[in-house]
Amino acid sequence: MVDAVRTYLLLAGTWLRAAAQYPASMVMLIVAQAVVTSLDLAAILIIFAHTSRLGGFSLPEVMFLYGTAGVSFALADLTFGSADRLGEHIRQGTLDTLLVRPVGPLLQLATEDFSPRRIGKLVPTGAVLVLALARLDVAWTPGRVATVPLMLAGGYWIFAALWVLSATWQFAVVDGKQAMNSVTYGGAFLAQYPLSIFGRDVLRGLTWVVPLAFVNWQPALYILGRPDPLGLPVFFRFASPLVAAALSVLAAVTWRTGLRRYRSTGS
Amino acid sequence: MRSPGVRARSAPSLHTPLRYAWVAAYAFRRYSTYRVAAFSATFTNTVFGFLRAFVLIAVWHARPALGGYDVADAVTFSFLTQGLIEPVRIFGGSLDLTERIRTGDVSIDLHRPVDLQGWWLADDLGRAAFAVLSRGAPPLIAGGLVFSLRWPPSPGRWAAFAVAVLLAVLVSFALRYLYSLAVFWVHDDRGVTAISLVTTMFFSGMIIPLVVFPGPLATVARVLPWAALVQVPADVFLGKRADLGAYAFQAAWAVALLVAGRLLTMAARRRLVIHGG
Repeated sequence: MVDAVRTYLLLAGTWLRAAAQYPASMVMLIVAQAVVTSLDLAAILIIFAHTSRLGGFSLPEVMFLYGTAGVSFALADLTFGSADRLGEHIRQGTLDTLLVRPVGPLLQLATEDFSPRRIGKLVPTGAVLVLALARLDVAWTPGRVATVPLMLAGGYWIFAALWVLSATWQFAVVDGKQAMNSVTYGGAFLAQYPLSIFGRDVLRGLTWVVPLAFVNWQPALYILGRPDPLGLPVFFRFASPLVAAALSVLAAVTWRTGLRRYRSTGS
Repeated sequence: MRSPGVRARSAPSLHTPLRYAWVAAYAFRRYSTYRVAAFSATFTNTVFGFLRAFVLIAVWHARPALGGYDVADAVTFSFLTQGLIEPVRIFGGSLDLTERIRTGDVSIDLHRPVDLQGWWLADDLGRAAFAVLSRGAPPLIAGGLVFSLRWPPSPGRWAAFAVAVLLAVLVSFALRYLYSLAVFWVHDDRGVTAISLVTTMFFSGMIIPLVVFPGPLATVARVLPWAALVQVPADVFLGKRADLGAYAFQAAWAVALLVAGRLLTMAARRRLVIHGG
């Protein structure tokens, strides 16, 4: 594990140094990414120009959801987002190149072209999170304070596992990359909003099938002191780490199975 | 700029309009090759159609009749937007032409017995035709199965919508052609791509319908060319806007941007130096 982290940092640092050779270009790409990420925030602000509540939630509360989902997703995208290039590597035959190197292919994929551009996603989401924390009307108990970093870590881990699952899926469907965007980018999009607006059926699906409700919704219900619309027990507010662990195991097992079954075309 | 030789002499035997039709037909075939990729992308468009629809439902629940839309209009708008993503290339950046300018292959394109802009327009129309079928229809159909959408009441409205989509594709192409030609001057297209992505997503109505933009922002957004890509076709579909006014707006931008593209092509031709070898 320590070795893997060290290798990861070495590879990521190498790519970063490469990107830093063109500092103006790098800064412009970071700024551009920050602006693209801010578009969803612009939508939220436009919505709240017309109403003071969305699905019963106030602007600071929705900003809190936007910030927590955004920071978790930005970190996961930064560290594992490029794993979903697997399909291109399979199609072009370059996965074989990764396989003969003395480092695990997932590490190589995750660090490939490690792009500081993605840091751009952290800028608006992080700023909004800080702003929301300052403006939230919440009685900050030690439990609530401690839940904030835990939900960020849990959300990060869930999104990271989803990126790996997105890569794994492409062992089965080589051209299927975009379908998994519905859970990665789709998950990042929906977690910005109070999940109650998607209705009870979707909410059940997001709890039991694709567990995106544990990215920030369940812990946020605890922090904001709100009842769960599905009436789930209090235990669920703190279940994010468990869900993240279960998803990671699933991602690891399917990744290994996919890799074992991979047959190069040999061309 | 016609090069001598057998091929150049035989090419004019094909009448010019027919030549462009062939380019479009082959583009249609080329894009229809990757069906799994198209299917998986349309799946995600459909999912986003539902997610955005729920957000808009919550907004219109709080503010019924906002911007002259009702809930059914807003939900329909959400699926229309997702269906238009690929036909008008909301995320698209520039054309494949960009790469050919960067590598210098464009010199070959300039030697062909066809107009550069016309060639790429024909190619893009073929692409858009396949995109309408593969990426445009599924989100709307899926949305219609779950929600009661505001369908056009008559075949005439469908025809009016088809014209608006065609004009939207023309405006979209004209914009992307300009982005591509910019590479003659700026060399790195990523800055242009980023700016085009932000402006297209925000000012087309893709992120949130232009009808809910507040005050002066709405006034500005509604006259910019990006409104012609999503908001105007959607308004025609929903019957919110007089067809002729909508067409005039789209056509004016299409003509202005296509003419700008022609002028820029001429400037680029003068700039291009082809080395022999």
